[in-house]
Amino acid sequence: MIAILDYGSGNLRSAERAFATSGHEVIVTVDRKIALEATGLVIPGVGAFAACMSGLKSVGGDEIARERVALGRPTLGICIGMQILFESGLEHAESGAHQGVGIWRGMVKKLDAPILPHMGWNTVSTTPGSTIFAGVENESFYFVHSYAATAPVGQYQAWSEYGEPFLAAVEDGALTATQFHPEKSGNAGLKLISNWSKSL
Amino acid sequence: MTLASRVIACLDVTDGRVVKGVNFTDLVDAGDPVEMAKVYNLEGVDELTFLDISASNMNRATTLDVVARTAEQVFIPLTVGGGIRSAADVNNLLRAGADKISINTAAIVRPELISEIVDRFGSQVLVLSVDARRANTPSGFEVTTHGGRESAGLDALAWVEKACALGIGEILLNSMDADGTRAGYDIGMIKAVRQVANVPLIASGGAGTLSDFAAALDAGADALLAASVFHFGIHRIGDVKRYLSQQGYSVRTSALT
Repeated sequence: MIAILDYGSGNLRSAERAFATSGHEVIVTVDRKIALEATGLVIPGVGAFAACMSGLKSVGGDEIARERVALGRPTLGICIGMQILFESGLEHAESGAHQGVGIWRGMVKKLDAPILPHMGWNTVSTTPGSTIFAGVENESFYFVHSYAATAPVGQYQAWSEYGEPFLAAVEDGALTATQFHPEKSGNAGLKLISNWSKSL
Repeated sequence: MTLASRVIACLDVTDGRVVKGVNFTDLVDAGDPVEMAKVYNLEGVDELTFLDISASNMNRATTLDVVARTAEQVFIPLTVGGGIRSAADVNNLLRAGADKISINTAAIVRPELISEIVDRFGSQVLVLSVDARRANTPSGFEVTTHGGRESAGLDALAWVEKACALGIGEILLNSMDADGTRAGYDIGMIKAVRQVANVPLIASGGAGTLSDFAAALDAGADALLAASVFHFGIHRIGDVKRYLSQQGYSVRTSALT
């Protein structure tokens, strides 16, 4: 069973249906026990880093994420759901950095580009050795974000570029994350979801 | 690695049905927005926009159902516009399966609605729809309401600058002069808005020939929206993307069938 953590973050219906195409049972939940014990947990996320972190904390999602990683249970962060896995996010310079879950070292920062958000389909540059990109190497995926991580973390990284190179995806043992939205990336996204779901 | 220029198909929906002329030969039910969304998705469209032109709230409830059924079957971004007056309306649409919403008149009447939506849902959900036309204003362009019939008394560029400062995530620039003419996008207007907008810009209104799409990109548009040329099969989505690709523009061609 795949659980999608509902912490008040936007359009979960598409995510629910997209992950259901993998054949797994999918449940959208705020229940701590279900989220902790699910075969796979998806941490979605749209909006602002600080708002997402506070929403995540309100359902204990930060602890659930840390615990699942410690137990080696597959967990997938999407978009802001990826960003909050880092130590901190510099969302509004005037208000300083916001603390993240802190599983990965480093900071999420504003992309150096004249037009933001980075919105639309961009190529993701992959190298061999990925689980989730099998069959969708160097494909286009749908991005909507202004902030990103720009330094490598984890065992495997895929990169994209908008103004500057940034981390498009990370695979790090049980923990996987994509800056793009696979649930909004058409057939390429469904293939990536299928790859992750099969690995559970 | 370059961000692709997007091609967006727009469907006018009321009471759960697509209105305005639609001429799809390969659809059993050409009036069903969900069926049309599926066809455009198969043809490789990058995003879909539903414009809810319902007159009543009861009909708007039907639109929520259309959004929900589409989001369950079509896994590309879906924007919904029309009749959105409050953050609660936005929440209902996002919960139904919309990824972005576009606002127009409500933001003109009450600009603080922009901040209310952005604070709660983030900039990325909010598309400001600007129905603009050429007029005797400082920039030469003014904002209109009621489908271009009434002046909003706002200079278009001043309004765009203000809305960008309030945190909108994207601009849908619809030329009321060019809308429906198929005589080409208003290139001058796109250039002018590009100068003051620091968010992605969608060109809308006037698409006729394939070269019109390229001209809008040259003028600074990030995305190209069209309705009738697609609905009447004058161009298929794939025709536009293949043309742009051949001309050296970056488009997502992998999904083309």
